[in-house]
Amino acid sequence: MSALIPFFILLPTTAFLLSMFIPKSQERIMSVLAYSSVGLQLLAAIAFTVLWFYDGMKPIDLKEFSVYKTGNYDFFIDFYFDKITMVYMLLGSFVTFLITIYSRYYLHREEGYKRFFTTILFFFLGFNLIILSGNIETLFIGWEILGVSSFLLIAFYRDRYLPVKNAVKVFSIYRVGDIGIILVMWLSHHLWHENISFAKLHNAELVHEHLTQNSLVGLAIAMMIYISAAAKSAQLPFSSWLPRAMEGPTPSSAIFYGSLSVHIGAFLLLRMYPFWEFQTGFRIFLGVSGLMTAVIATFVARVQSSIKSQIAYSSIAQIGLIFIEIAFGLENVALIHIAGNAFLRTYQLLVSPSVVSYKIREQFYEFVPREKTIEDSWPKRFEYALYILSLKEWNLDSMMYRYLWNPLKKIGSSWKVLNFKYVFYLSGATVLIGILLLLFRDSIELKYRINLPIVFSLVGFLIVIKAFTERDSVRKSWTLIALNHLTIAIAISFNEHFDFMHHVWYLSGIILSWFLGLILINRLRRLEWVSLDRFYGHIYEHPKIGFWFLICALALSGFPITPSFIGEDLIFSHIHFNQVGLAFFTAISLIINGLATIRIYARVFLGPHVKTYHEVAKRSS
Amino acid sequence: MKNDIFQLEKVIHNLKHFLPSQAPLKDFIHHNTLHAFQDIDFHEALNKANKIFGYKTYLQIEDYRRLYSKGKIKREIVERFLPENEKGLWWSKLLIDKFDESIEPRCGELRSLWKLHFKVDLDSLVHPTLFRVISSYLDQGISIWNFPIVKAGFLNSLIEIEANGYISFFKSDRVKKLLKEDLEIEKLLKILVGDSNFFEQYLFDQQFAHPGYSGMVAFLSDNTNALIDKRHISLEDFITIELLLEIDALDIYYGTIWAPLNSKIVEPLTPLFAKVEQSELSEIRRIWQDSFEWSYYDEVLNGLVKKSPTSVKIPELQTIFCIDDRECSIRRYIESGHRAASTYGTAGFFNVEFYFQPAHSDFRTKVCPAPVNPKYLIKEVDFTSKNSKDFHYSRGSHGLLLGWIISHTLGFWSAMKLVGSIFRPIQNAAAVSSSRHMHPNSELTIENKNGEKTDDGLQIGFTITEMADRLEGLLKSIGLVKDFAPLVYIIGHGSSSSNNTHYAGYDCGACSGRPGSVNARVMSKIGNHSEVRKELLLRGIEIPESTQFVGVLHDTSRDEFSYFDISMLSTENRNKHSENEQVFNKALDFNATERSRRFVVMNTNRNTRKVHSNVKLRSVSLFEPRPELNHATNTLCVVGRRSLTRGLFLDRRAFLNSFDYQVDPEGKYLLGIMNAIAPVCGGINLEYFFSRVDNQKLGAGTKLPHNVMGLIGVANGIDGDLRTGLPSQMIEVHDPIRLLAIVEHYPEVVLKTIQTNPATYEWFENEWVRLVVMHPDTHKPMLFSKGSFTEYKTINQNLKQVDDLLGELIKEHNNLPVIELKNLQS
Repeated sequence: MSALIPFFILLPTTAFLLSMFIPKSQERIMSVLAYSSVGLQLLAAIAFTVLWFYDGMKPIDLKEFSVYKTGNYDFFIDFYFDKITMVYMLLGSFVTFLITIYSRYYLHREEGYKRFFTTILFFFLGFNLIILSGNIETLFIGWEILGVSSFLLIAFYRDRYLPVKNAVKVFSIYRVGDIGIILVMWLSHHLWHENISFAKLHNAELVHEHLTQNSLVGLAIAMMIYISAAAKSAQLPFSSWLPRAMEGPTPSSAIFYGSLSVHIGAFLLLRMYPFWEFQTGFRIFLGVSGLMTAVIATFVARVQSSIKSQIAYSSIAQIGLIFIEIAFGLENVALIHIAGNAFLRTYQLLVSPSVVSYKIREQFYEFVPREKTIEDSWPKRFEYALYILSLKEWNLDSMMYRYLWNPLKKIGSSWKVLNFKYVFYLSGATVLIGILLLLFRDSIELKYRINLPIVFSLVGFLIVIKAFTERDSVRKSWTLIALNHLTIAIAISFNEHFDFMHHVWYLSGIILSWFLGLILINRLRRLEWVSLDRFYGHIYEHPKIGFWFLICALALSGFPITPSFIGEDLIFSHIHFNQVGLAFFTAISLIINGLATIRIYARVFLGPHVKTYHEVAKRSS
Repeated sequence: MKNDIFQLEKVIHNLKHFLPSQAPLKDFIHHNTLHAFQDIDFHEALNKANKIFGYKTYLQIEDYRRLYSKGKIKREIVERFLPENEKGLWWSKLLIDKFDESIEPRCGELRSLWKLHFKVDLDSLVHPTLFRVISSYLDQGISIWNFPIVKAGFLNSLIEIEANGYISFFKSDRVKKLLKEDLEIEKLLKILVGDSNFFEQYLFDQQFAHPGYSGMVAFLSDNTNALIDKRHISLEDFITIELLLEIDALDIYYGTIWAPLNSKIVEPLTPLFAKVEQSELSEIRRIWQDSFEWSYYDEVLNGLVKKSPTSVKIPELQTIFCIDDRECSIRRYIESGHRAASTYGTAGFFNVEFYFQPAHSDFRTKVCPAPVNPKYLIKEVDFTSKNSKDFHYSRGSHGLLLGWIISHTLGFWSAMKLVGSIFRPIQNAAAVSSSRHMHPNSELTIENKNGEKTDDGLQIGFTITEMADRLEGLLKSIGLVKDFAPLVYIIGHGSSSSNNTHYAGYDCGACSGRPGSVNARVMSKIGNHSEVRKELLLRGIEIPESTQFVGVLHDTSRDEFSYFDISMLSTENRNKHSENEQVFNKALDFNATERSRRFVVMNTNRNTRKVHSNVKLRSVSLFEPRPELNHATNTLCVVGRRSLTRGLFLDRRAFLNSFDYQVDPEGKYLLGIMNAIAPVCGGINLEYFFSRVDNQKLGAGTKLPHNVMGLIGVANGIDGDLRTGLPSQMIEVHDPIRLLAIVEHYPEVVLKTIQTNPATYEWFENEWVRLVVMHPDTHKPMLFSKGSFTEYKTINQNLKQVDDLLGELIKEHNNLPVIELKNLQS
C-alpha cells in the first residue's frame, strides 16, 4: 500500500510538466488537464484513505531514494503518511479541484489563462510534497515550490505596479521562513548526526535523549520552526503580508490565502509536534504568541473597510487560535478547525464581490445608523488610539521595513562612497585571493585559518547586500550574486577538508545559471534599455526572454531545479555546531541572495511597461 | 499659468470638472467618461485628453491596420477622408509608416520632480495611509468597528481623533503642530511647493495620481444623498490631509529643513492647459477612426435605404419596450413569431417619473432618468417579504470567538455550498435578482385622490389629470394613437447576476440603474384606468374598451418575462394572453440563443430551449463574470417608425426609439426624445468607447482581482486606488464607434429641435454623437455636420439577405453585418 504514495507526487508533477507544453490559445485543454488531474488526485486520495482506515490507520514511512550520499551525509527523499497528511491531502485536493473548475469559466479570455493554471498545478505539486514529506529535506523542496508559485500568482497581473511590489514583499517574508527551515536542517543534522526522518521523531525516547543533552539546541530548533510556521501562516510579527497577497484573481486568493497556503505553517508545527512536545517553555511561547495574534488580528479585522483584507485578518485570528490548540496538543481539534476555517474563508473570498448587493440590500430594508460597538464604551483616548493602531495594522508592515529591509539597505548604501565598479572588481579580487589562499590552505597558520571562514562569509554577506541594493547595472548585480555563492563556498572550504565533489554539487548549477542568465541579459540589452532603478515591464515585449531568465534566477538562488539545491544543504553540513556566526551569515546571505535575484527579475521584466504606446495602468491602481 | 493668482475655489471647481464623476456602486450610471471635454470637437478633445492626462483615446494604429486588412474598414470609405491630390502619400502613412505612439502626459510632470531630485517616492509613502483613512471614513458597512466620529466632517473628525488619542497617523512634530492651527491649503502648498504659480498644477498632479478616490470624494461632496449612511466630505478636506501626509513623509526623510519643490524646477514646465498642437499622428488617428465608424454607418444606412417595405395591417398584439439596445433582438423575434405583432420602443421609465419606496424600507429610490427630479412618490404597501440571510456576510464570522465556533461548524457547510455553487448553481442570497426590486403581488399607491403628500413635499401617487398627461405623452411620442390591439404589453427590463459588483449598471439606465418593473406596472395601471381613458378621449386618443395594458418585466440576463396583475384581464384577453405567452416564450428562447453566440464557452445550437436554460444558469453562477454582455457593441440609435428597421438584422447594436413624424410634425415630442438620447444613449456609448480604448486608465481593468472597498467602489488588492469606468469583461467585444443617431423627420424640424436645448446641441455639434436624418419624403439619408444637413451617398454595396438567421448566428460569434431577413418581408 505504501508503494502507492509516490503516485500522489507523480500525478501533479506530470500534470504540471504537461501543462507547460499546451499552447496558450487552448483554454479548454488546459483547464481539462488541470481539473481532471486534480480530480483524479482527489479520488485517489479518498480511495487511499479508505484503504488506510481499513488497514488500521498506521502511519506509513517510505524512504524513496537517496539523491546524494557520502559518509554520514545522506540527502534522501522520504514520504510519510498519517492522519495529519490525510486531512491536508483531502482538504487540499478537494479545494483545488473546486477552484480549478471554478476558474475554468471565471478566467475565460483572461490574458494569462494558461499561466494561471500552470502556476496552480505547480502550487499543487508543492503542497503535496510538503504534506507527504517524510523528512525536512523533502519538505523543503515543496516549501520552495510553494514560495515561488505564491510569488507568481500574486504578481499574476504583472503589468501593474502594486501586484509586483506586493509579490516581492511577500516573497521576502517567505524567504525569512525559508531560512528558518535551512537552519532547522543544519541544527538537526548536528543534533541527530543524520538527516532524520519524521518517523523517527515519534521515537520519544530517542528525542528525549538527544534533547536532554542539548536542550538549548532543541529550543533553537523549535524557535526556527516557529519562525517558518509563523511566516507562512501570517502570524505575528509577519501578519501584514497576507492581506497584501490578495492581488491575483479572486479564486487564486481564495485557494492560497484563504485556505491552503496559510495553513501550511500549522502543518509544520503539527508535523514537528513530537519534537517539541516536551519543551514546555516553547509550548507556552507558542500559545501566548497565538493568543496575541488572535487578539490583535481581530481588532485589525474589525476596522478593515475592504472585504478581502477583513477576511484575511479574520483568518489570521483563527489561525492564531489554531496555534493555541496545537500548543495544547489538541491535534484533532486543530485539524477540524483548520479544515473548517479553510472552507469558510475560501467561500467567503469567492463570494466577496457579492457583498455589495447583499449589504446594500440589507441596509435598504433594515438600516440601523452607525451601530454602537463595544469600543464606543471605552475611554475616548483609548478608543481612538486603538482604532488608529488597528487601522495602521499595528505598524506590522512598516516594522518589516524598519527592522528588516531598511537596515540592509543602509548597509548597502553606506558604502556608496565606493563606486559600484570598484566594489565589483574588489569582490572579484576577493574571490581570486580566496581561491589562491585555498590552494595554500595547509600552509596558513591555524590561528589565522580558523578565522578565515567567518571573514569570507562576512565579505560574501557584504557582496550580496551590494547586489541587493544596486540600482543601476543588471549584469553587475547578477554577477555579484554568483560571487556571493563563490565566497560562501570558499569560506566553508577553510572550515574542514571535504570532498571537492561537494563544491561541484554546489557551484555547478550556480555557474551555469549565472552564465545563461548573463547571455539573456545581454540579448535584452541589445534590444532595450535595462536597469534596476525602476520596474521596466519588459515581459510585455519579450515574454520568452523573461521566462528563461526566471528559470535562471530560480536556479541561481538555489531553487531545487539544479544540484545546487543539495549543494546548499551539503555546504551547511560542514558548518560546525558551534559556529553560530558563520551559520548566521551564510544563512542570511542565502536569504538576500534569493531576494536579490527575484528583485532583478521583477525590476527588469515585471511592473508597468516602460513603453507607453499601449494601455498602461496608473501606478496607484 | 504665470502671473495667475492662485484661487483655491477656482482650482477646486476645475478639479471637480476633470475628475471622474462616478457614483458609488449602488447607483452606477453610465456617462461620457470625458464629459469635461465635451465643449470642444470630438477629435480635438481626444487629442487634448491624450496629451494632458495621458489617456489613450484611440485604438493603436496597428489595430486599425488589422481592421482594415480584415475588411472592417473599407477602402472606399478611407478614400473619402484623404486629401484629393495626395492620396498615395496618405495611404502609405496610414498603412506603412511607423509612428511613436507613446504618451508623455503633462499631468504628473511637476510632481515627478520629488522622485527625480529628492529621491523620495511620495506616492508609496502617502497613498496607503491616505486610501485607508478615506475608505474607512466613507465605509458603508464592511468594517465592524466604524470610524469613531464622522459628524464633524472628514478633516474635523480626523483632527479630533488626533487631538484626543495617544497615537497619531503622523510622525513629524511640525505636522502635529500644524494640525492644531488653522489649516489652509495655501499655507501647506507654500511649504511643499513654494511658488504659488505652480499650486494649481501641483494639485492636479497630486489628485490625478489617484483619480478614483479623488473623483469619489468630489462626487460625494456634491451629492450627499448618494450614501445611505451619510458622510460630510469635501475635496478641500481630502487635499488638506494629503498635503499633510506629504509634508509628514518629507519631514521624516529630511527633517524639517528641505527646500520646497519650486527650487528644483530648472526647465520651464508646459502649463497643463496650454494649447495642444495637432500632429501628423493625430491626423492619422482621426482618419482611421472616422473611416472605421463610417465603414459601419454606411452599411447601416445602405440597409435602411435598400430594405423592402414591411407593414402590419391590423395589429393583434402590441408591445412597448425600453429603448435599450438589449431589447433590439427580442422585438425582432416577437415580430417574426407573430406576423400581426407590432413593437414599440421608448425610454424605459415609460414617461412616469417618481421615487419608489418598497414595503418595509425607509428609503426611496429614483426610478427615472438621473437628471430628472421627480415630485412624486409611489409606495409598495401590504406586503411582507423577508431578505434571505447568508452567514458568510455576517459580522460574527469575523469575530474571534464566534468565528471560532463558526469555522468549527458552519465552515463545513461552506464546503457544501461551494460544491453546490459549482455543480448546481441556483438563485441565492449572494445573487442580484431583478425580480426582487418589487414584489409582483404587492399593492402600489398609484392614484392620489386627496392630495396626500410626504413630509418633504413629495406627492404620493398621481392625480387623474397627471396620469392622463403621462399616458398621452407616452403614446404620442411613440406614435401609437390609433389601432390599439386587445393587449398592449408595457415591458420594463432588469438584469439578474451573481457576484457582480457593477450590478447597477446592468439594469435600466432610464430608471437610474434600477429595474423598470415598477414603471411598467404603474403605466399599465394608468392605461387601464377608465377615468384616464375618458380624459384621453377628450384629447383625441381613443382606446377601445376591449384593450388592456399589461405590465411586464424582462430579465435581460435570464431572458424571462414576468407579467404583473394578470388577474385583472378580461376572460377574452386572458385567452389571448396565453396565446401571446407562447409567442413570447419562443421569442425568449431565440433571443437567448442569439445572445449565446457571443459567449464563446457556450455551445450555441439549434436547440434553442436547451441553450436558453444554459443561459439562465449563467445568471446565477458565481464563477460567471459575464452574465450578459450588457450594452457591448452598441452603436446606433434609431428614432422613427418601426417600418424603418423592421425586417433588418442590426445585431443588437441599436437603441430603438419609436417615433412618428406624422403624429408630431412640430417636433414637440421629438425634443424630449433627443434630450434623453444624447446623454443616456450617448453617455452609454462613450463610456463603452473610452473603457474600450484605454481599459486601464479610463476603464476598470479586469474585474477578476477586484476588491470591494467600503461598498462604494472596487480596487485592486488592498492598497489600490478606486477603479472607475467599466471592467474589461464588459467591453472586450465592443468596437469603439461613436453613436449614430438616425432620426426620421424633416431636416429643418430636427435642426430646430436639437438647437432648442444647448446642452443637447453640444453633443451633435461637437460630434460626440453623429446624426443622420432620414428624409420622410425622399427617403434619403442626410448627414448633420457643422450646423447643417447634406445628403449622404452610400458606397454601392449589396444588402445581404438570409432565410435562416439561426444558421448564421450559430456560425459566427463576432459582429455580423446588417442583414435583411427574408421571412419578415411582406
